[in-house]
Amino acid sequence: MTINGLVQIGLYFVVLLALVKPLGWYMARVYEGQPCGLDRVVGPLERLIYRLCGVRQTDEMNWKTYAVAMLLFNGAGLFALYALQRWQGFFPLNPQGFGAVAPDLAFNTAASFVTNTNWQAYGGETTLSYLTQMLGLNVQNFVSAATGMAILVALIRGLARRSAATIGNFWTDLVRSTLYILLPLALLLSLLLVSQGVVQTFASYQTATLLQPASYAKPVMDANGQPVLDEQGQPKTEPATAVEQVLAVGPAASQIAIKQLGTNGGGFFNVNSAHPFENPTPWSNFLQVLAILLVPAALCYTLGMMVGDTRQGWALLAAMTILLLCFIPLGLWAEQSGNPAFTALGIDQASSAGQSGGNMEGKETRFGIANSVLWSAATTAASNGSVNSMHDSCTPLGGLVPLFLMQFGEVVFGGVGSGLYGMIVFAIIAVFVAGLMVGRTPEYLGKKIEPYEMKMASLLILIMPIVVLGFTAVASVTGVGTSSIFNPGSHGFSEMLYAYSSMGNNNGSAFGGLSVNTPFYNLTGGIAMLISRFWWAIPTLALAGALARKKLVPAGPGTLPTYTPLFIVLLIGVVVLVGALTFVPALALGPIIEHILMVSR
Amino acid sequence: MRTQLRPALVSLVALTLITGLLYPLVVTGIAQVLFPRQANGSLILINGQPVGSSLIGQPFDAPKYFWGRPSATSPFPYNAAASSGSNLGPTNDALIKAVQARIDALKTADPDNPLPLPVDLVTASGSGLDPHISPASAAYQVRRVARARGMEEAAVRQLVSQHTEGRQLGILGEPRVNVLALNLALDTLK
Repeated sequence: MTINGLVQIGLYFVVLLALVKPLGWYMARVYEGQPCGLDRVVGPLERLIYRLCGVRQTDEMNWKTYAVAMLLFNGAGLFALYALQRWQGFFPLNPQGFGAVAPDLAFNTAASFVTNTNWQAYGGETTLSYLTQMLGLNVQNFVSAATGMAILVALIRGLARRSAATIGNFWTDLVRSTLYILLPLALLLSLLLVSQGVVQTFASYQTATLLQPASYAKPVMDANGQPVLDEQGQPKTEPATAVEQVLAVGPAASQIAIKQLGTNGGGFFNVNSAHPFENPTPWSNFLQVLAILLVPAALCYTLGMMVGDTRQGWALLAAMTILLLCFIPLGLWAEQSGNPAFTALGIDQASSAGQSGGNMEGKETRFGIANSVLWSAATTAASNGSVNSMHDSCTPLGGLVPLFLMQFGEVVFGGVGSGLYGMIVFAIIAVFVAGLMVGRTPEYLGKKIEPYEMKMASLLILIMPIVVLGFTAVASVTGVGTSSIFNPGSHGFSEMLYAYSSMGNNNGSAFGGLSVNTPFYNLTGGIAMLISRFWWAIPTLALAGALARKKLVPAGPGTLPTYTPLFIVLLIGVVVLVGALTFVPALALGPIIEHILMVSR
Repeated sequence: MRTQLRPALVSLVALTLITGLLYPLVVTGIAQVLFPRQANGSLILINGQPVGSSLIGQPFDAPKYFWGRPSATSPFPYNAAASSGSNLGPTNDALIKAVQARIDALKTADPDNPLPLPVDLVTASGSGLDPHISPASAAYQVRRVARARGMEEAAVRQLVSQHTEGRQLGILGEPRVNVLALNLALDTLK
């Protein structure tokens, strides 16, 4: 942990928390339909969409209609994205001439983007046309995020309203999230990113002459494009010389801006935000990592405003921030300590004026240790999943940090909307636990928490571990699962655990060594992503409907106030306890044992 | 359910046109006007011909050039059409072997270099395209490059410091040296 590293991380949190109130205030006005400054520009477009859709802005929905609308919209999106990938060869804006994406991969990618996961089994610059990236992935980056925000707002209305049958209008929430919040922020961020060197062009790939031609072993291919094997079964190679460098470019900045703001995380290029065209400078890195947590953090303030007590929002934000701050030092220490095997080879890993030092395998020089660790924690605390370093090459404990943060159920900031509605569910469980201790009916924000709400909350926290651990177990004991492993030993188990933790929590980051573009991982992963997203969304809306119907209970002397430090500690305790009890045994088999092996070598 | 079908389809089409077509086109239009160099890949042109990008590294293994970070792209290093990290785990023997081979190559090119070997010079970058090395890694190579070119070490060292970028705003990121820019500058000296 260097002084400068701590200053960078401190600066990050100061800027992030300073933006919570203004943005949160703005979003509350958007959702309450009050003037917010952009009405004159966006309003006509918004009303045109409603007219074409045949919906009235004032139409209210009960929770079931809201859920049906949400599911229909996402189902249509899933189908459209699948079709677009399968037929991209027939469409324009495909300068590299990419053909149809394989069915299992197309299903996985469609599920991945519709569920706001952005798990990438494909390589962006080698598989997808510009048109697919724009009309498919980029659109889902916006609308999957807007879907999460809509569900959150419906839940907040459930908490805020009393004796009401309805929780708002899905179409208004969806359209307003997109047009008033995500689009303006993305426009601003993408231009800032281009100024730093992120590419934004529709030209085909550029070619540059190498200063020093590079000789390399070129794999020999047969007529079908398959590698030819020699007598030992190894791919045959022939000496070759590269004299040119093909530079993959494209309309990247517009996609990267929304990938961060919408906690999507799907990169334009294969290595995501480690790619110099996707994240060229420390300043672009700062903006992107800020964008990852910006909307999830600010939504806490929006919640506070909409329920008429901003302390409630700050309390949830405090719990999230404290949890994240607990993990960053562990990651910093692990990565800065470096790899003992490197020290044995006589390599200098100490931090000094001339180098950041530490475990630099899979990391970029311009980011060093501090920015790589901050990013890995932020991207997994939020369900973003973009990376600026390769998590598979992290030290065991450096890799445990992102893994464990995902396994908390993506409620430490979490996805836009989805993170906060997950955290509200944990808050309901926390007041229930507190209620059990003193023998009182629990209340949250003036609403009595009764058996129906607790059933929905329990359903919510149970499904994720079943999906994650269930699929990890299946992968661990089947050939189709283990044959994709890249790194041997316990690290290989970590790769599978990470994959399903990521997909089962709609995160999207990966231990990239695992070969996930196989029918097994594409199908099981696609199912895991769909279950995690919609199994959470539907009971959350049911909860919203049930809460909206309730009367407001005036706070009495026995009411547990849910904005005090005591409640924040209780909430953190519940989140950590549920996460730890569920996942520590699995973590012991992966990163923990690998750490012990590494230091004892 | 039937009543929600029309808004589902119409809003998907409308939002696709706005966020999928209009938005990237507007960003591209503004970017191409305001930041044409950056938006097109920050190309380095010599006599109008692109010789690389100031953001993307190139492979070097000749003694007279500074070497960049090891690259794990395939089939050749620094393949900017297929970015990739090594994804080798910290306890994987293949990682240790790869690092040992890089150390050997550096020691062969400059056998009795007394400086400690900086970690970023022997570990693969995340993108495989990292254009930078740490100042320590540049300092490690000054002697070899100076000898191969018959130059004074001090002259090479000065060129390195001219091409060393500090932290942005004095705080953000890490100090670094752009390898391609430095090597191009070395070639123009001669």
